[in-house]
Amino acid sequence: MRHTVSVLVANKSGVLARIASLFSRRGYNIDSLSVGTTEDQEVSRITIVVEGDEQVLEQVTKQLNKLIDVYKVSDITNDSSIDRNLALIKVQANLDNRSEIMQIVDVFRGKVVDVAANSLVIEMTGSEEKIEAIEELLRPFGIIELVKTGKIAMVRGEK
Amino acid sequence: MKLTGAEMVLKSLLEEGVEKVFGYPGGAVLSIYDVLYDEPQLEHILTRHEQGAAHAADGYARSTGKPGVCIATSGPGATNLVTGLATAYIDSVPMVAFTGQVATSMLGTDAFQEADITGITVPITKHNYLVQDVKDIPRIIKEAFHIATTGRPGPVLIDIPNDVQADMAEFEYPSEVNLRGYKPNYSGHGLQIKKASQAIEEAERPVIYSGGGVIASGGAEELRELARKAQIPVTTTLMGLGAFPETDELSLGMLGMHGTEQANYAITDTDLLIAIGARFDDRITGKLEEFAPEAKVIHIDIDPAEVSKRVAVDIPIVGDVKTVLAELNQMVKEQDHQEWYQQIQEWKEESIVTQPPIAGKLTAKKVINEIDNLTDNDQVVITTEVGQNQMWAAQYHRYTQPRSFASSGGLGTMGYGFPAALGAQMGNPEKDVFCIAGDGSFQMNLQELATAVSYELPVNVIILNNHYLGMVRQWQQLFKERRYSSTCLRKRKSCPDNCAAPGDDCPEMTPNFVKLAEAFGAVGIRVTEAEDVRGALERAIASPKPVVLDFIIEEEENVFPMVPAGGAINNMILGEGN
Ligand SMILES: Cc1ncc(C[n+]2csc(CCOP(=O)(O)OP(=O)(O)O)c2C)c(N)n1
Ligand SMILES: [Mg+2]
Repeated sequence: MRHTVSVLVANKSGVLARIASLFSRRGYNIDSLSVGTTEDQEVSRITIVVEGDEQVLEQVTKQLNKLIDVYKVSDITNDSSIDRNLALIKVQANLDNRSEIMQIVDVFRGKVVDVAANSLVIEMTGSEEKIEAIEELLRPFGIIELVKTGKIAMVRGEK
Repeated sequence: MKLTGAEMVLKSLLEEGVEKVFGYPGGAVLSIYDVLYDEPQLEHILTRHEQGAAHAADGYARSTGKPGVCIATSGPGATNLVTGLATAYIDSVPMVAFTGQVATSMLGTDAFQEADITGITVPITKHNYLVQDVKDIPRIIKEAFHIATTGRPGPVLIDIPNDVQADMAEFEYPSEVNLRGYKPNYSGHGLQIKKASQAIEEAERPVIYSGGGVIASGGAEELRELARKAQIPVTTTLMGLGAFPETDELSLGMLGMHGTEQANYAITDTDLLIAIGARFDDRITGKLEEFAPEAKVIHIDIDPAEVSKRVAVDIPIVGDVKTVLAELNQMVKEQDHQEWYQQIQEWKEESIVTQPPIAGKLTAKKVINEIDNLTDNDQVVITTEVGQNQMWAAQYHRYTQPRSFASSGGLGTMGYGFPAALGAQMGNPEKDVFCIAGDGSFQMNLQELATAVSYELPVNVIILNNHYLGMVRQWQQLFKERRYSSTCLRKRKSCPDNCAAPGDDCPEMTPNFVKLAEAFGAVGIRVTEAEDVRGALERAIASPKPVVLDFIIEEEENVFPMVPAGGAINNMILGEGN
């Protein structure tokens, strides 16, 4: 099963390597990872998406908690949360199909952020599913390049 | 007062009450060694290899309960500490290691003797630091000792670049640590402790399975109280030897792969397993599904990550063993379990481990039994190497005192025992220290004989010389049709290719351990006859010099009982016949 783990850590060098090492020693591939500072300059939040069975993930979570530079670990997979990914998609486009592509982008409430003679760059934010869906629809036109961020997530309400 | 980084290191060590450091100098720790030069309060012990320094610090820590400290230079000095740190980490030994590093301006340039030691040691230290500002040194050292010695203990490494050692800043040693991400929980949950006490009251065939955590927490007294009050038999892991007196009627001895019959049978039949400061290692449990299959499980441990890691636990109690046991002992009622006790006595009477050694034969059992007879457990520290020697040391000596035994349990590091014995002797100058060694393992750190002689450490190295990498040979004998591939230590070019049988015309063993000891200025004694064992041991104990005793034992003596890897622990091989 896919898990989203949210980790509050000290904002200093070496922390990411420690965290990554706990996954890699178990042969786990991290599907996506995003790091950024929080409202507190000394604290960063790392959001990790990883595929793994329940028990091993529980063990990794406990091991994460043991790291001195880790302040808080939450598996927010089952929490009600707002999840966002950002993707930039460069797609082949010519005069004939440009408007068709733009229609798709509109439906998904994406943005065209660059227009060139033979291509468009589309900015898309949203859930993973949404980004995957637009990817599918744009594929037939020819995707030249695709860049995705890791997921960031925030639990709803006061928690 | 302004101090250099190196001076701060020294001052901080003194603030922490450190008396001994084990280490080896080099370019990147020149400043630190310079301040050590004329410091009367801190003794530096020059080992002959950084691995020796790390294991010596570890042996010092295990035998005294105080953190062990070691120092190495950058690059190869630092990487030589790696095995020692991994050994300490997996066995939860408090240590603080200092390494020199290239100057901050050179970091990451593949400078001379640069190795990314903080990167390398991430998975084998409890925490590590790369110091980037001299001002941070006192805080970091304070934190390092705190982290190493509290919660589940472990090694911490501090890497200090050359220029930071020379930089100057105001020195003030902090009185407190403030670590947002580290707050070990000592007291167990009251309700859980109550549940545990109830479960103990209801149990008919309870067993305590106690590990190194009992010793680490200083909870041996509390363990004894619990066992005696509720009449619960106790088995210990290798790491837990000494936590409960093996001379006590309630002692089952060690459990697991080379555990006693009574311990492994009791685990299989118990209806309440009380795991205390132990982590259900695969060498203990064998086949998981058949480990304590009928039992309700209580698990007391300071490390929440150990709870339900390998075995589902009914009553987890996360907290310090000593603290939790003290509380539990208040609630537990006096009990006795006569029938269970009878059953255990029957198993004990049949146990092969408790049988006397074969008369007239120089066997490992004979040697270790004699050490046991000649010494009081509260006056000795026994360290071991790894292999058959280690298991025999565990099986045939009766441990009664915590911190009287030090062995690399989790990592199984050959080369641990001898330097660890030096550390133990440094920490316990009044005790007799024995290193029970194999002829193979001893060669992995025998250079430390020079250290033993230089510092006049009267340790006794007991080589159980079977001319083989015996434990591996045993596996080859039992599971690989006696194909003794690369395990004979006497093998020479002139030997037949596939020799599976030691004989009278085998080449001489190299090295000659007696001459080797003498070359270092130690005493060497070879013993080939059973009747000479006692005399040789008495001579060694009386000697003010380090002694290497080369006991030429039976070549193909095996360690039994033995549970084949992955088998159920009540399914033991008890001897050659089955
Ligand atoms: C550093 C290291 N290398 C290899 C091993 C694998 N190993 C385990 S026991 C053993 C044999 C040890 O031989 P010896 O020291 O003579 O002890 P014996 O079993 O004969 O008592 C070996 C090679 C190990 N545990 N540690
Ligand atoms: Mg041997």
